[in-house]
Amino acid sequence: MSDFEPKIMTFLCNWCSYAGADLAGVSRIQYPPNTRVIRVPCSGRVDPLFILKCLQDGYDGVLVSGCHPGDCHYISGNYVARRKFAVLKKALEFMGMEPDRVQFSWVSAGEGEKFSQVISKVTETVKALGPAKKLVKRIGR
Amino acid sequence: MSGKLKIKGDPNDSIRGFLRHLLESGKIDGVFALGKTGKGLNYLLVTDKEKVDELYPLFPFMPENAANLLSRLTFSGPLPGKIAVVIKPCELRAFVELVKREQASRDNLVFISPVCGGVLDFVQYKNDALEKSVPGYMKSFAKRENAENIRPTCRACEYFIPINADITVIPAEEACEFYLNTDKAGEITKGAPGDLSDGELDEAAFEPLMGSRKAEKEKLFEELKLEDYGIKGLVEVFGKCLGCHGCMSVCPICYCALCAFESKDNEFTPPVFESELTKRGGLRVPPNTIFYHLGRITHMGISCVGCGMCSDVCPVDIPVSSIFLRSGDAVQKVFDYLPGKDIEEPVPLSTFIEDELTEVED
Repeated sequence: MSDFEPKIMTFLCNWCSYAGADLAGVSRIQYPPNTRVIRVPCSGRVDPLFILKCLQDGYDGVLVSGCHPGDCHYISGNYVARRKFAVLKKALEFMGMEPDRVQFSWVSAGEGEKFSQVISKVTETVKALGPAKKLVKRIGR
Repeated sequence: MSGKLKIKGDPNDSIRGFLRHLLESGKIDGVFALGKTGKGLNYLLVTDKEKVDELYPLFPFMPENAANLLSRLTFSGPLPGKIAVVIKPCELRAFVELVKREQASRDNLVFISPVCGGVLDFVQYKNDALEKSVPGYMKSFAKRENAENIRPTCRACEYFIPINADITVIPAEEACEFYLNTDKAGEITKGAPGDLSDGELDEAAFEPLMGSRKAEKEKLFEELKLEDYGIKGLVEVFGKCLGCHGCMSVCPICYCALCAFESKDNEFTPPVFESELTKRGGLRVPPNTIFYHLGRITHMGISCVGCGMCSDVCPVDIPVSSIFLRSGDAVQKVFDYLPGKDIEEPVPLSTFIEDELTEVED
């Protein structure tokens, strides 16, 4: 599966990570084109259901990214997001899903370089895991 | 406050006498407990002392998780009078969870809860065989063993000794023991019939029951093999699901007025149907059956008390509650959290510690 290119859904918080991605763009930093970005008001907005839905619909990995601890625009959204994420990760493990397919990371508005590194790392990890089949819906199966 | 009250008579007789006394002396204004309505057993709220005779408060059966009902009674504020509530330990834990989630009020309620040998399953109820099963059940309970015909999750339940109850009851054939855990309990039992003495609940006496419960839990998890599910296992198990959402409506923790899975958000619009069909060539209608169950696990697994209502109401016998017990167990361990243990402790997902869980970050 050397030519496998994973599809990765990325939820970026409006205040830090989305701006970080923007900075990576205007700074012309290169990173893998495997991600699809959804901008959310805060990483705390990401319901575990969003992630499940992505995995069911055929995405190979999901990345949630928000402000660094203490920097949340809404004071504590990212802390709550981290707890929700920990729960989902545990539940996924018990549903026979590789926990590494979902990743959580802090990227601030000034970290264009880090954003590209995170994307490269997630893409590498998911690529190594191969296509997600465990949760993908297929009829008659 | 600690103390022990011994009242003669079979479990239901002795507790009826106790409740009647409380009503007569005006120490409480009402009783919320299981009672007979025709052939059925349901929860009743009784204020007339004559009606206490219709109650079967310690009957080993759960027609609905009482936490749900108490939440309906106390959602908009505490009840005006003092109510004695006789419910099972898991119902009490679920109620505490609901209080934490601001769906109920604990004020004015006195909780009386038995050391629970489990509840008889709905199969017995449907066949009118509850009464017949009780003697055998009591015999097993007296030997501190798991009875027959109880719910699978009851067999695997380690929290049969009530947490947070004002009064703990040990049901027995001849005489029941009432342990008074709080000052509130001490106050209302003053002058009650029976022998009052000092004494505390001896938890070590229930070691044999705890041993078999632990073994059953291990066996249940072993047989379930949830870790190996993947979509194949999920389709296998939930393929039978009719989508009645019965498990959701009986669940004490599922309290949302409008569930995401019953809202328009969950409906496929024509373009979504089209894109799904282009991708897969076929769909189960209505879609999202497995998504619904996975969603419920992530939404309320953290507070699941393992009462077993969901499995019992399932018309197609999907072991919903066993699956929840397993995944809930895993999720609760992350935060070292036992649902319903401490009314002051916030639900993990509503709070946070700044420096924690660094292992989930990259």
